[in-house]
Amino acid sequence: MFGFAIRRLLQAMIVMLVVALLAFTLFRFVGDPVNQMVGIETSIEEREALRERLGLNDPIPVQFFRFVTDAARFDFGTSYQFRQPVSDLFAKRIPATLELSFMSALFALVVGIPMGIYAGLNREAALSKLFLSVSLVGISLPTFFIGILLIFLFSVTLQWLPSFGRGEVVEVGSWWTTGFLTISGLKALVLPSITLGLYQMTLIMRLIRAEMLEVIRTDYIKFARARGLPDRIVNFRHALKNTMVPVITITGLQLGSIIAFATITETVFQWPGMGLMFLQAVQNVDIPIMAAYLLLTAFLFVAINFIVDILYFVIDPRLRIGRA
Amino acid sequence: MSVLDIHDLKVEFPGRKSTFVAVEGVTLKLEAGKVLGVVGESGAGKSTVGNAVIGLLQEPGRVAEGEIFLHGQRIDNLPDKEKRLMRGRRIGMIFQDPLTSLDPLQTVESQLVETIRTHMPFNAKEARTRAIELIDAVGIPDPAERIKQYPHQFSGGMRQRVVIALALCAEPELVIADEPTTALDVSIQAQILELMKKLCEERNVAMLVITHDMGVIADITDHVAVMYQGKLVEYGETKQVLGAPNHPYTQSLISAVPRPDVRINRFPVVNYIEKAGVPTKHIDISTHWLGQSRNYEKANGALLSIKDLEMRFETHGSIIPSRRRYFHAVKKVSFDIQEGETFGLVGESGSGKSTIARLVTGLYHPSGGSILFAGQELTSLKDRKQVLAMRRQMQMIFQDPFSSLNARMRVRDIIAEPIKFHKLASSNSEVHQIVADLLDHVGLGAAAGQKFPHEFSGGQRQRISIARALATRPRFLICDEPTSALDVSIQAQILNLLKDLQEELGLTMLFISHDLAVIRQMCNRIGVMRHGELCEVSDCDALFDTPQHDYTRQLLGLMPSLDLLSRDKLQAV
Repeated sequence: MFGFAIRRLLQAMIVMLVVALLAFTLFRFVGDPVNQMVGIETSIEEREALRERLGLNDPIPVQFFRFVTDAARFDFGTSYQFRQPVSDLFAKRIPATLELSFMSALFALVVGIPMGIYAGLNREAALSKLFLSVSLVGISLPTFFIGILLIFLFSVTLQWLPSFGRGEVVEVGSWWTTGFLTISGLKALVLPSITLGLYQMTLIMRLIRAEMLEVIRTDYIKFARARGLPDRIVNFRHALKNTMVPVITITGLQLGSIIAFATITETVFQWPGMGLMFLQAVQNVDIPIMAAYLLLTAFLFVAINFIVDILYFVIDPRLRIGRA
Repeated sequence: MSVLDIHDLKVEFPGRKSTFVAVEGVTLKLEAGKVLGVVGESGAGKSTVGNAVIGLLQEPGRVAEGEIFLHGQRIDNLPDKEKRLMRGRRIGMIFQDPLTSLDPLQTVESQLVETIRTHMPFNAKEARTRAIELIDAVGIPDPAERIKQYPHQFSGGMRQRVVIALALCAEPELVIADEPTTALDVSIQAQILELMKKLCEERNVAMLVITHDMGVIADITDHVAVMYQGKLVEYGETKQVLGAPNHPYTQSLISAVPRPDVRINRFPVVNYIEKAGVPTKHIDISTHWLGQSRNYEKANGALLSIKDLEMRFETHGSIIPSRRRYFHAVKKVSFDIQEGETFGLVGESGSGKSTIARLVTGLYHPSGGSILFAGQELTSLKDRKQVLAMRRQMQMIFQDPFSSLNARMRVRDIIAEPIKFHKLASSNSEVHQIVADLLDHVGLGAAAGQKFPHEFSGGQRQRISIARALATRPRFLICDEPTSALDVSIQAQILNLLKDLQEELGLTMLFISHDLAVIRQMCNRIGVMRHGELCEVSDCDALFDTPQHDYTRQLLGLMPSLDLLSRDKLQAV
């Protein structure tokens, strides 16, 4: 297993290097960074001096090497719009996005898994059919539309929940801000989390249902029933655990996309997270932020995938022994 | 009082349009310490009887009429909860495939302990002690250590022992074994049957064995019930039923069982079995397309000559060659097959016999050695045209008739494909004619061409496979376990068909099987394989009468004895 982990780690590093190359080429091909940084009246000499100081005249491999080593130390340069280090900007935004993603993933799992189990075990029940039809809505409606719908219902009509922002936040440690500790912060989390997590919840529910239906037909479930084991043990210890391997794969990947693609939800709810910042960066051609965002999301994906791979070993003994 | 008493059982599956009656009018009795066999072909309803007893009929099946008693207590109308408590506690069940009947994610220990604790007032420690005792009782060495392992760390036979231990967890009065040895090799089968019989006697357990295998019935049962299309056709002492069957179905079933001790010319044609299709239109092979251009040049010496053939698969990859590990599926195997003969390869699973078939047909490329076909070295053949010409001359019939036909193609297109690919016919209308004749010839009737494979039964599909193989006018046919997925009466038909075709077309055959009795009926010469090595090659009769190699003797000794079976209708050669 150790060798396997090392191999996966190497593969992850290659992926990160390729993404870094992509991010780096952004600088080279999407407009001239010097043009973005200086005003119209800057003289050619001054531009040239800036170019030299930024190292833009060095050979490309040298520049790429510098980019990678800087990125490894979380130094992504200075934002063109804000004139602040990109890493500081991200540090301010990350807590908002992570808290939102965490809540929506939690929502998707806590609601999706039991629904999936229920629908898998009681295939013909009216409630299962209701789950399936409702989940169709979750899959087919676009996120922004669901967000607007929820705002209309709960913020405008019922006025229960706020329609934008994080509410009051509390500082924890030197840079983390959390909305978990205030009522308004928690209230503000509800709508965006549901909006962001609805699609994942549907997906997880349908996946678990399909896997459950599959597993329940296997011989070992029949044999477990023939041994007179109670339904609770058959359904949860035997059936559910065997459905988990594919579910973990998808859930892992989806978790990555929750974090990476929170952009739309953050825009709808004016959530002060990374996604919103990224959209503003695109509008203003703020390349350092775009590059950093690219690297960060790729890193999250790779890290989550790595964890998922390791989780397989924990769940499935066949892999554990086979590889050892 | 008998342990199990089934009275006039009727099981039906209500459907949307009509109700399917799976079992009707079955009455059986089983005493403690005795073994009752239920035998029949697929669809006979024998498994349904077992499922009805243990209360696990598949939805929407239900017991419509009749009663089932366990030690005098009626059990078929118990509420669900009591039925569940009865399962495992009073009735144990053993399933067919040990590879799939254990939860792969739980250790053997946890599966045993949970079952014991469901039924007995034991704490975790006591349950564990009992689990170890059980594993010991079913003959697994080093029980205290092995119990901590997962199912995939056990071989098939060992897993079936675990399954038996699980069925015996709570000392049931009755054990139902549904095809307990069908998925196992012959040597393992013998051990498992012996174990089951021993445990049954020791613990005074009654056992209901459901199987299609007359060998198993002859081996361990005291009484036998023969089922046909949901009905009990014959029921009595095993000796009597097998030795002097009364009912015509039992007679035909028994006569279709291949015997290892007699070689017969043809299997007796029996009514009572599935009709192949439209009566065969007779084709004169010598003038027909099938018979034409069969004037292959006579090979000098053997048609197929295999020398030092080797095949290894990488099991552990590495950049450094010395650290790579291989599994040797075929080790230095040499044999010849003469023109017109049938050469049999026999061995247990994993012995490498199917790998040889794949090497000969070019599905695998050998790691070493040579394959000479009609004087042509196959391993070094590079030219596409030559490869195609060779491929055309040899065709293969696969084991599983369900996965070896493309489900999305009509039968006529399946059979026409090789003819068109090798450009063996001049026009489309000729192709149509040939396909129709082929279907007639294998006994399906030309009309079958319009249908899709799923509309046919296993035996009929195997006929389609044979027609497809014949469509290239081959001279060499490789049959890889062609009948092991079929019922015994269908097997008899297919084997007859293969024999006829060989005679008419002068085919040379490589016949691969794990079943010595089938091999004996089909082959002129036989090679015995074990662990990738060829132990012994000898003439068919010599092999059975005077086996040379220890392993051959062992295999022959392990075969279930069929001496009990009636010999009416058999004509020895």
